[in-house]
Amino acid sequence: MAEPSREYSTVSKVVGPIIVVDDVEGIGYSEVVEITMPSGEKRLGQVLETQSTRAIVQVFGGTRDLDTDITSVRFSGEIMKIPLSGEILGRIFNGIAHPLDGGGPVIPEEMRDIYGLPINPYAREHPRDSIETGISAIDGMNTLVRGQKLPIFSGAGLPHNLLAAQITRQAKVLGQEEDFAVVFAAMGITHEEAAFFLRDFRSTGALERAVLFLNLADDPAIERIITPRLALTTAEFLAFEKDMHVLVILTDLTNYCESLREIAAAREEVPGRRGYPGYMYTDLAGIYERAGRIAGKKGSITQLPILTMPDDDITHPVPDLTGYITEGQIVLSRDLHRKGIYPPINVLPCLSRLMQGGIGEGRTREDHADVNNQLYSAYAQGIKIKNLVAVIGEEGLSDTDRQYLAFTERFETEFIAQGQYEDRSFHRTLDIAWELLSILPQSELKRIDTRFVAKYHPAHGRHQA
Amino acid sequence: MTSQAGVIIRVTGPVVLASGLRGARMFEIVKVGRQELIGEIITLEEDVATIQVYEETAGIVPGEAVLRTGESLSVELGPGLLGNIYDGIQRPLREINVLWADFISRGATLPALSEAKKWEFDPKVKEGDQVSGGDTLGVVQESTTISHKIMVPPGISGRIHMIASAGTYTIRETIATVRNGDRVFDLTMVQRWPVRSARPVKEKLDPQKPLITGQRIIDTLFPITKGGTAAIPGPFGSGKTVVQHQLAKWADADIIVFIGCGERGNEMADVLTEFPTLEDPKTGEPLMNRMILIANTSNMPVAAREASVYTGITIAEYFRDMGYDVALMADSTSRWAEAMREISGRLEEMPGEEGYPAYLGSRLADFYERAGRVLVCGSGKETGSISVIGAVSPPGGDFSEPVTQNTLRIVKVFWALDSDLAYRRHFPAINWLLSYSLYGEEVGRWWTENIGPEWVAYRKEMMLLLQKENELEEIVKLVGPEVLPEEDKLVLFKAETIRESYLAQYAFHPHDTYTGAGRQYRMMAMLFDFFTLADRALEHNITTEQIRNLPVKTALARMGSVPKDMEETEFAGIKTAMAAQFKELGV
Repeated sequence: MAEPSREYSTVSKVVGPIIVVDDVEGIGYSEVVEITMPSGEKRLGQVLETQSTRAIVQVFGGTRDLDTDITSVRFSGEIMKIPLSGEILGRIFNGIAHPLDGGGPVIPEEMRDIYGLPINPYAREHPRDSIETGISAIDGMNTLVRGQKLPIFSGAGLPHNLLAAQITRQAKVLGQEEDFAVVFAAMGITHEEAAFFLRDFRSTGALERAVLFLNLADDPAIERIITPRLALTTAEFLAFEKDMHVLVILTDLTNYCESLREIAAAREEVPGRRGYPGYMYTDLAGIYERAGRIAGKKGSITQLPILTMPDDDITHPVPDLTGYITEGQIVLSRDLHRKGIYPPINVLPCLSRLMQGGIGEGRTREDHADVNNQLYSAYAQGIKIKNLVAVIGEEGLSDTDRQYLAFTERFETEFIAQGQYEDRSFHRTLDIAWELLSILPQSELKRIDTRFVAKYHPAHGRHQA
Repeated sequence: MTSQAGVIIRVTGPVVLASGLRGARMFEIVKVGRQELIGEIITLEEDVATIQVYEETAGIVPGEAVLRTGESLSVELGPGLLGNIYDGIQRPLREINVLWADFISRGATLPALSEAKKWEFDPKVKEGDQVSGGDTLGVVQESTTISHKIMVPPGISGRIHMIASAGTYTIRETIATVRNGDRVFDLTMVQRWPVRSARPVKEKLDPQKPLITGQRIIDTLFPITKGGTAAIPGPFGSGKTVVQHQLAKWADADIIVFIGCGERGNEMADVLTEFPTLEDPKTGEPLMNRMILIANTSNMPVAAREASVYTGITIAEYFRDMGYDVALMADSTSRWAEAMREISGRLEEMPGEEGYPAYLGSRLADFYERAGRVLVCGSGKETGSISVIGAVSPPGGDFSEPVTQNTLRIVKVFWALDSDLAYRRHFPAINWLLSYSLYGEEVGRWWTENIGPEWVAYRKEMMLLLQKENELEEIVKLVGPEVLPEEDKLVLFKAETIRESYLAQYAFHPHDTYTGAGRQYRMMAMLFDFFTLADRALEHNITTEQIRNLPVKTALARMGSVPKDMEETEFAGIKTAMAAQFKELGV
């Protein structure tokens, strides 16, 4: 970085969240900027583009009340950093890391660049420790493992917050009592939603092990660009310096992407799909890829980002690009929600890419992979028949078809549905699965190894867990 | 006037503008700023160059210097490539990890190949021999199965003036001198080659042999040849990556180049943990020994992602030049195209469709054209091949988008992945109605001659049944299955059996994961035996429902997962059971 800190009052243009500062010299790309408004109020900004004598700056607090006359801009000569220490647990900050809890600033053990550095793919350890969330639709069908990034694709009005809170409450790795922490980043969610999480964390004692960054709906939208990065930098510090298993909840990524689009539009960039910038994939990857495990280190970062799909459209750019980066997705369904099923997880489009390494003998149970496979194929078949029934009625169905229908009905109401405080073990989840699979004729269980059918099928004197 | 250093005048993301660079060439590599970050010149206007920087540019200040190197982006080709893992511009990630830290910091540069390691060199020419580009000077046995030929670099010819005797050398030691008139070339075991130019070949040949992948739906219905090109488009979660991994594991190529282009870090970790533990079904060697990994994950610099595809294919060409069959997997070409779009956007170029640059189609074509079966350079008659398999990640799974469409204009094989199949957990989720292969005929000849005479007929019948099933399903949707005549019900049942017993293949099952050509044929034969008996049963007025309830159906569905050493007895058992069960029905 060139010179330490220089101050100019040569703002020549203000458009949307962007200002242009002229007659400057030696401004570094990405440098942090402090803007002093005519009223004396100070706002934070960051250099988006630097030229020999001009800098383009995004203003995190928004540009309302800025002028091109007396507004002054101080370039710090530093890229954006966050102060970190082990004492940060239990703290609550706003979206740009200013304390909200009445406590003083964090006394740093370390200042960290919030953009971080990419983990060397060679240094990564393949995540394998399955997390028991106690939720059958996740544990049985799309097992989460430590170090995974598994987003919840939701829609407006669906209970994604309840689900995220339940996962936070119940998540555990069998046979391991280790240091854990929760990092929570809110981007544009309402006060009510934030209060819900706070209450829940407080009641379970998780708050003492949590760090919260809250950018709420009425906070400046542009700050949302840095909120998840602050959270993930904190998570990396806790995981890889303090050996903790960190669960990061980011909500709501759709709001984050809106802010990204706002900046792109103000800069008159060439828009990609639906007006979102062409680099959104790379930008989101810079967030989601900051999860995982590193060989030789104890800690881990597991990400649970939440996003609401506009109009429940999974092909919308935000869920679409997310799905291409994350290791699967949990998809909530309005239909199931309307039927009163909680959690309303539509397992068909769900996926956990890291599941295979985390299940099976010695991890969950030997029959897990086969049962999972069979449940999927049976449920898909049942849904197909259900759609057929809607057209032709039940008369034309064979006996097997009817059994599939019965299976599908009970799968939704007994396997997927469970209480908000119901914590099912892996064994319990799989036992329910067998119970339901036994509705079907045994010759239909083509995807399950005969050994497991003999051992776990209720008709064959079931193995007791 | 040419100058060796310029001055930065503008920085925006990975794109840097510098003036004072008159005389610099397009695609020349430069070192940017105080940290000497690696960049490449991508446009020139008067003395101003636009540079894409392969590393994070935060903190770079206008006024800092840009140094020319006079060289285009090149890779080092020589012993030590196999089993290695590189980023998009061939920086060795393993060594970087050892020397620096778990995170990739900026300005980390290291030689791509170990300079200290000594290799056992075995000369194959004598002093006085006439040689030209592509001729073998000697051989380094890099692993028990791969002998690494040390070749005369393209463009050099003359007489051998000196050749090193058998012994151990590092890659920097001169192992031969070639004299041509009064010009003398000192040759080491390493060549450098600019990644954006294809390495020369003597002649392009037509593909002949199938690339056997052990994946039944691919080898049987939509085969690819050695030297062929294929695309796998599919929405997220449809199993692109698993198919790519399966091909990397089991394809019967000599060398595999796997490019993780803008994809997930944890997936690369998976490859790195799993591949060394797997055995090549052909040689019994660890699969890692025949692989080169290029890992430029989505959060690594976008310009290096753009370069990664070229780095990979250049390495593939180098091994092809030795006469090997190379298979290259690029996962995913969409991320590569997006990197082009991102850079193009920063250059404020006039966008084409969906913001992609107008040259997207030609860049894709240039890349896939580097595949093929060829007569390699040199005085011999050796052939080598590169098969390219590119994953495509269409936004929203919509195949009408530009990357998919431009790719389809070039490739000969199309494996369309289908989210509906994936939701049903029918894997590989390759849609048999949309996919195609233009190599059917060449490949059919090979199967007929080497595996079994009925292959072409079986394949045709399978396709026909699946097509008929689709037509019948339309009717069923309107009127229900019960009103169909028995013949049509049997067609539906046959197609279902093909889908469940043959096309579905479980990648994570220790035996089902790979089915060799012979077993594929025997499985097909078994199914068609079953179908013949079923046809006969129908003539005896036995219903499809009765056939469906035969226990042998479950055994057929498990043929793929029978362990190799039990195949003979198990298959014989299925055959006997089949005959007996039909007999019981009175056939």
